[in-house]
Parts: sequence; structure tokens; C-alpha cells
Amino acid sequence: MVEKPGFFGRLANPSIFLKLSGAVLPWLTGLTVVLMLVGLYLVFFVAPPDYQQGETVKIMYIHVPSAWLAMMGYAIVTVASIGSLIWRHPMADVAAKSALPIGACFTLLALITGSLWGKPMWGTYWVWDARLTSVLILFFLYLGLMALWQAVEEPSRAGRAAAILAIVGSVNLPIIKFSVDWWNTLHQPASITRLDAPAIHSSILIPLLVMAAAFTALFFVLHLTAMRAEVWRRRVQALRLTQVDAARAGEGARA
Amino acid sequence: MRLSVQDLTCVRGGRTVFEHLSFDAEPGKGVQLVGANGVGKSSLLRILAGFLPPAAGTFTLEGADEETPIGEFCHYVGHLNGVKRAFTVHENLAFWADFLGGGEVDEALDAFNLLDLRDIPAGLLSAGQARRLGLARLRLVERPLWLLDEPSVSLDEASRNILSATIEGHIAAGGLVIAATHLPLGVKFGQTLTLGAEGTS
Amino acid sequence: MHAFARLVARDVRLTLREGGAISTALGFYLVVVAILPLGLGPDLNLLSRIAPGVLWVSLLLAALLSVERIFHNDLEDGTLEVIALGPLPLELVAAAKSLAHWISIGIPLVIAAPILALLLNLPADAFWVLILTMLTGTPAISFLGAVGAALTLGLRRGGLLLALLVLPLYVPVLVFGVSAMNAVIVGPASFLSSYLILCALSLATVVLAPLAAAAALRLSLG
Repeated sequence: MVEKPGFFGRLANPSIFLKLSGAVLPWLTGLTVVLMLVGLYLVFFVAPPDYQQGETVKIMYIHVPSAWLAMMGYAIVTVASIGSLIWRHPMADVAAKSALPIGACFTLLALITGSLWGKPMWGTYWVWDARLTSVLILFFLYLGLMALWQAVEEPSRAGRAAAILAIVGSVNLPIIKFSVDWWNTLHQPASITRLDAPAIHSSILIPLLVMAAAFTALFFVLHLTAMRAEVWRRRVQALRLTQVDAARAGEGARA
Repeated sequence: MRLSVQDLTCVRGGRTVFEHLSFDAEPGKGVQLVGANGVGKSSLLRILAGFLPPAAGTFTLEGADEETPIGEFCHYVGHLNGVKRAFTVHENLAFWADFLGGGEVDEALDAFNLLDLRDIPAGLLSAGQARRLGLARLRLVERPLWLLDEPSVSLDEASRNILSATIEGHIAAGGLVIAATHLPLGVKFGQTLTLGAEGTS
Repeated sequence: MHAFARLVARDVRLTLREGGAISTALGFYLVVVAILPLGLGPDLNLLSRIAPGVLWVSLLLAALLSVERIFHNDLEDGTLEVIALGPLPLELVAAAKSLAHWISIGIPLVIAAPILALLLNLPADAFWVLILTMLTGTPAISFLGAVGAALTLGLRRGGLLLALLVLPLYVPVLVFGVSAMNAVIVGPASFLSSYLILCALSLATVVLAPLAAAAALRLSLG
């Protein structure tokens, strides 16, 4: 009764994924821990405080990797969405869906650390700086995608609807960035000191790169774990459906 | 023309509705779809109309241009009538005639006894009258394949007889009809397809 | 093209005949523009300085209110199914219905904008820019809105979700529409560079958005 080919056909690929990701995850977790420890050591004991900003400059070591992951997360969602629309690959849906909350969290982290950093730098928590503004809009795109996933009940329809929106969003994202830059130069005298002007000294760059690597590894640990959870959730759902069907068939036989 | 369905499988909401469904619909015979609620009568019609992609399997309309989607060869009458309440009865059909490329509006209205209501806004029609207006599309635009999902809902006996006559006329003229019905239509169907039974075919 | 023109004409006629959508959008536009000075104070200098932004943001919100009905009504009464079986590809169906929305809602809002601009003391020489930029930008609002409308078709709380999905995508149109107006009112930036980008945005949206809307419509019909 249960051996419906459709049911097992859908499980075939995720099974391989579960196996592979299960083998990779412990190593990746270990790597994340090591990178994070080395990175934090470098940040707190090696990297020099800024001559103007003092120790607050160390927020940068959280802020920059978070902002980077905010964008990488959206890139992953876009690639997975294209995969899900074109090849209808079930794992692409899973990848896109599970990347969303993680990407949104890093985006929020970038926004919060950016505004905490802004307080000593600019004297206020929020500045309508071009970067902060476009990251804020990126955050709204994440929220919209997550809301769409929640609003559509059927997972396959939700996946494709979210994929369409993600692709529309990724086409729009550079234009939004461009327009926000444009808007910002119109309204704001370019007086805000930025870090990117002088060449970054290696005592800052190396801790930053290690932290970026640590955050990236953390992202993939979280992403793989979330994908595994999603696969299990779908299996539970499929089992429940077969249970309902079996019960219904039983009722039919009695009737 | 002849519709041939091979190995069709339908999955909705992660649940297999039916699978490995194969049948041929010959011209001049007509297919009646029967089966309990939820066995996939509506889903089958929606797949054939092209609204719902099948999980597996194929269907072809022999004798039709392969470039053109099958949807353009068929009439689909679902649970909703496809009637604009703000338009009059005549305007409703006139738009379909223009858009779908059809014929005489008044003839189609007459066939379904709607000529007296020609200039009444469709929002004022009773359920049965609105259903007839939805069905009048069948007479308005010439299409070989008719997909009817409970077409006789909210029709009285006289209207049901009109519908049966229309369906029989289409079948007699060599057209294809696939109709899902609970209520007897009074049409002689050449073929009855029971979904949900063991060994579906 | 015949079927395309027929569909546009039908949608425009329906909106005009039902009437509610146009008057709701216009009423909403008026109320939003009129209530802002109550929050900001009656200082006419301030109001005239922020008038372009206020007029544009309120226009976005007013248009957004009616965007949902581009496909919703046709889905509810079953006409969308019949239209989908017609000779017109779904991409062109989406384009026709977006165009009809622009004609029946976008243009009335643009016509109302100069009247509302009087309330905000917009400088007289900015009126032509107001009309020009809004005429150029509103098609993008209708066509992008149609993508959101198609994605949220038939969902509970679809309207609220629609706003969340679509408003971030409106940012470029808003920025360049307002900056083209400000270039004329306060300078020093060039009007033409902002305006030409707005034209490009609008054209690209009109071409690309129906593709996404049609893909979303296929999902909703299934």
C-alpha cells in the first residue's frame, strides 16, 4: 500500500543529501569553532584599536562579515530559486527556503551592528547612509520572501512562488542599490569618514578575513542543519499523509 | 479528433490523487467521469485544460496542431461560471465571442433561453440563469473538446434538458465531451470512467 | 493583437462601470496627502519642499490599494480560467491587465496629483514635471504591482502581503521620480539624467514584469 513510486521517488535525492551532509557537518562545525576562536583572539588581542574610534572599531569585525553573508545568503536563494524553477529539483526548494531565515538574521545583525557602530561614529543610531539603507531594503526582501512561504500552504506552490519573487528581487537588487546611492548623494554631503579610503593595514585585514571565513563557515553549518530539518519535516508530512490515506482507505473498505 | 491519455498521474499537496490513468476518448462517444468526492475528477479536467501540470504521463489530442496548447481546443466549464456581474448578459457573451474568436451571440443566448434577459446585468441573474450564461459559451465558440465539471449544478429540469441536448448534439457532430457528474444528465455517454476504483481505467 | 486590445478595453470598462476602485484610490490619495500637513504642521515652506516626496509616496500607496484587483476578481468569478484558454499567451494577458490598470487607475491618480499639489504649495513651475514624471513612472507601478498581485492571488491576507512584497521593489521608481522633480525645483542636479533613468526603469518593467506575472498566474490556476 505504502510503496507508491511517487513517494519514494521524491525521497531518493534527499536521502543522498542527508547522508552526505551528515558526514560533512561535524567537520564543518569543528572548522567553524576553530576559525571563530582564532578570529576572536585576533580581534581582541592583535587588531589595534582605531586612533579615533578606540575599541568600538571592533564592531566592524562582526558588522562586515554579517553584511557579506546578508548578500551571499540572497545569492544562494537566487541560485537555488533558478534551480527550483528550471529543473524543479526538490532540494533546490529546500535550499532556498532554509537559507531565508539565516540570511535575514545576518542582515538584521548587520543592521544592528551598523547602527551600534554609528552611534560613536556619527552620534546617532541611525543614519540614512546609502549602505545601511540598501541593506534595510534587502532585509525587507527577505521578510517578504519568508512571508510568502508562510502564506502559501502547499509547499510546491510556495516554493515556486517564492522562487519567482526571489528572481524578481535579484534583478531589482542592483537597481535598488544604484538608486539608493543616487538618492544618498543627492541628500547627503559626502562627509562621513569611511574605512575604505586608505589601504587597510594587514593587522586589521587578517583578523577581518579570518572572521569572514568563520562567519561563512557558520552560515553553511546553519544552512545545512536547516536543510536537514526541512527534509525531515517533509518526510514527517509525507508519512502523515499516507496515514490519512490509509485511514481513508480503511473507512472505504468498511463502508 | 481523438483524445488519448497515457499513464497520467496527479499529485496535489504531496498526495497522489490518481496514478497511471490511461484512456482514449473517441469522437462521437463522450466520456462520463464518476467516482466519490476527492478521487480527482476535477483535477483530471484541470490537467486536460492545461491549468495543472501532471506529475507524470502525457495526453495528446490527435489531429490538433501540436504547436498550439490543448487549452485552445477546449471549453472548460468549472464550478465557477466565468460571468462578469457588472456586464449585461449580452456583453458577457460578446466579450467571449471577441476574445475567444466566436460566432453569433444571440443564437447562443437563444439556445439557452436567455434572449429575454439580453440586456440585464448578469449580477441580477439567479444561480440557474448565471449557470446557463456560463454554459452558453459552449454554443458560442466552436471547440472540439468540452471539459465539463458538474455542468448541471443549480439547473432546473428544463435547463438540464437543454444542456443534455447541447451535449448530445456536440457528440453527434463528432465532438469530444468529458463530463464529471454526480447527478444523472440524461445523456447517453459512450464510455464511463470510474475514478478511485481498483484497476482504474 | 485583437484579443489583447479587447482584453484591455474590457478591463478598463469594467473598472469604470464598477467605479468603486477608482473613487477609492482617488479618495485614499486625497486623504493621505491631506492628513500629512496635520502631522507636520502648516508651514508652507516645509510642505512645498517635501511636496514631491509626499505626492509620490501617497501615489504609491493609493495605487497599491487597487493593484490586488488586477487578477483577483477574475479568479473569483472564473473568468480568469476562460481567459487562460483563449488565444492570448498568459504573458500578454498579464501585460494587458496591467496596462488596463494603468489606464483606469494610474492615469486618474496622475490627473489628481496637480490638484493635490496645490494643497502642498508645490512651486508652479514644477507642475509639468510632476505630471510628466508620474505619467512615466506609473506604468512601472502597475506592472510591478501585477507581479505581486499574481503571486498573492487567492491567499488569505493577500493584500497585506502584497504591500510587503511590492513596496521594496518600488524604491527605484520612487527615488528617480522624486529626484527628477527636485532637480527642477531646487537643483542643482540635472533633470534629464534622473528622468531618463526613470524612463528606462519603466520600459524595462513593462517588458519584464509580465513574464514573472505569467509564471505566477500559472501557479494560481493549478
